[in-house]
Amino acid sequence: MTTPKIELRGVKKRFGPKVVLDGIDLVINPGESLVVIGGSGTGKSVTIKCVLGILRPDEGKIFVDGEEVTHINGRARDKVLRKFGMLFQGAALFDSLTVWENVAFGLIQGRGMGRRQARDIAVEKLAKVGLGSEVINLSPSELSGGMQKRVGLARAIAADPDIIFFDEPTTGLDPIMADIINDLIVDTVKDVGATTLSITHDMASARKIADRIAMLYKGKIIWHGPVSEIDNSGNPYVDQFIHGRAEGPIKMEVRG
Amino acid sequence: MNIFAPVGRAFFTLLAQIGRLTMFLVEVVSSCFRPPIYWYHIGQQMMRIGYFSLPVVGLTAFFTGGALALQIYLGGNRYGAEAIVPQIVVLGITRELGPVIAGLMVAGRVAAAIAAEIGTMRVTEQIDALTTLATNPIKYLVVPRLIAAVVTMPILVAIGDSIGVMGGYIVSTQSLGFSSGIYLKNTLDFMKNEDVISGLYKAAAFGFIIALMGCYNGFNSKGGAQGVGAATTNAVVTASILILAANYFLTSILFAK
Ligand SMILES: Nc1ncnc2c1ncn2[C@@H]1O[C@H](COP(=O)(O)OP(=O)(O)O)[C@@H](O)[C@H]1O
Ligand SMILES: [Mg+2]
Repeated sequence: MTTPKIELRGVKKRFGPKVVLDGIDLVINPGESLVVIGGSGTGKSVTIKCVLGILRPDEGKIFVDGEEVTHINGRARDKVLRKFGMLFQGAALFDSLTVWENVAFGLIQGRGMGRRQARDIAVEKLAKVGLGSEVINLSPSELSGGMQKRVGLARAIAADPDIIFFDEPTTGLDPIMADIINDLIVDTVKDVGATTLSITHDMASARKIADRIAMLYKGKIIWHGPVSEIDNSGNPYVDQFIHGRAEGPIKMEVRG
Repeated sequence: MNIFAPVGRAFFTLLAQIGRLTMFLVEVVSSCFRPPIYWYHIGQQMMRIGYFSLPVVGLTAFFTGGALALQIYLGGNRYGAEAIVPQIVVLGITRELGPVIAGLMVAGRVAAAIAAEIGTMRVTEQIDALTTLATNPIKYLVVPRLIAAVVTMPILVAIGDSIGVMGGYIVSTQSLGFSSGIYLKNTLDFMKNEDVISGLYKAAAFGFIIALMGCYNGFNSKGGAQGVGAATTNAVVTASILILAANYFLTSILFAK
């Protein structure tokens, strides 16, 4: 049996009285692309942030490459973080820096690479996501939403990470741009051979990028399986979600 | 209606806030002494916090010195003590008004700007992005601002002191009939190093408060634009209150003899 790339065991997280994650169990195998689906506010981003150490789980354990990382800090945490690339929901580009400085940030600040070499890598990664040299000196605020996502993607893959996380990569984009981003994700992931965890509520995106899908509901993974089984899951919650029906077992909490 | 419940809750909220601020403070101060130190950012922040505050600090100091001279002249007149204007102006400016007014002005300008910038970075997940790129946001964002504020505030106040004394001098010589030579001689004879230096200590403390409250409120902002707006307001209000409170305690410590 291979060691899972990432494993969550019984991860719980609450904010004050509000329980967001109520015992998450999840395994992501090397080279696999797992997509977690679920409604807005169900704790998808919180799950990712717990793995990255941005948030600390209240209970449970998280393993990366078999090493427990739940409570590590400082240098040990930085070492683990070097395995990761992350594309944030709103791209989260640094608006005080230019496009290429954003892409090269992890290389320069995180790894101490020289600016010239980092810039060459940034240009190369930007080309991979379809951005030419005319944008490299622009500020992120001068770019459209789709272009910002591309820059965020280039930043996520800049250091050739083992593992890439995508937080709602297509949210807020028009359907065509969303599909372009999906293709880019599939291509770039194949290119660097990374393991990926994506979260989304966009089923078209999930079908396109997933090997396996897991559904998060009320703080738990209520179903998971290969993407081919999603239409025959036999799970009424999954059925309601993938068909986007208002009627069904899922009760939307109107106040989040 | 139990009136103790809300009072108790407010009290515990306050305690929790103080606890969080203390934890933030400990993390920030310990980060000041561990590499990496971002020298380039310290320089950049010194420009933004110090240099660009010069016009505001200079103008307010000038008018404060002028008004102070007028008031002392008018008040002193009642006892035939109007000749004391230069001495009181230099004492009042260097010990109290120079640092306090500069502190409050810079609090309005810089604490707000820091809270808005860091708050925006928080709500747009830029701070989380820093973490995932193996860069400690406290070291990258907070430490440079803190060091820059602590270093530049005394310089700003020293300049403000000079301009404030000059404001008093101009008003006194131009409209109160003082002779220029006597005014300057009285000022220089009366001014003691301790007075100036005590004011510069205060300035460094105020710089620390300003950067800390800007960063702390920015770091803890939540929600969208509204959360950032609230953080900005809180930063200015808390920094101003803490400056005035710290000024009282510093005065009582520095001049306890
Ligand atoms: N730092 C935080 N402090 C308090 N509550 C939070 C925090 N982060 C997330 N939450 C809450 O946790 C819930 C799940 O958030 P999130 O994971 O962002 O949802 P989504 O599944 O849409 O990504 C939301 O109700 C949100 O309000
Ligand atoms: Mg989310």
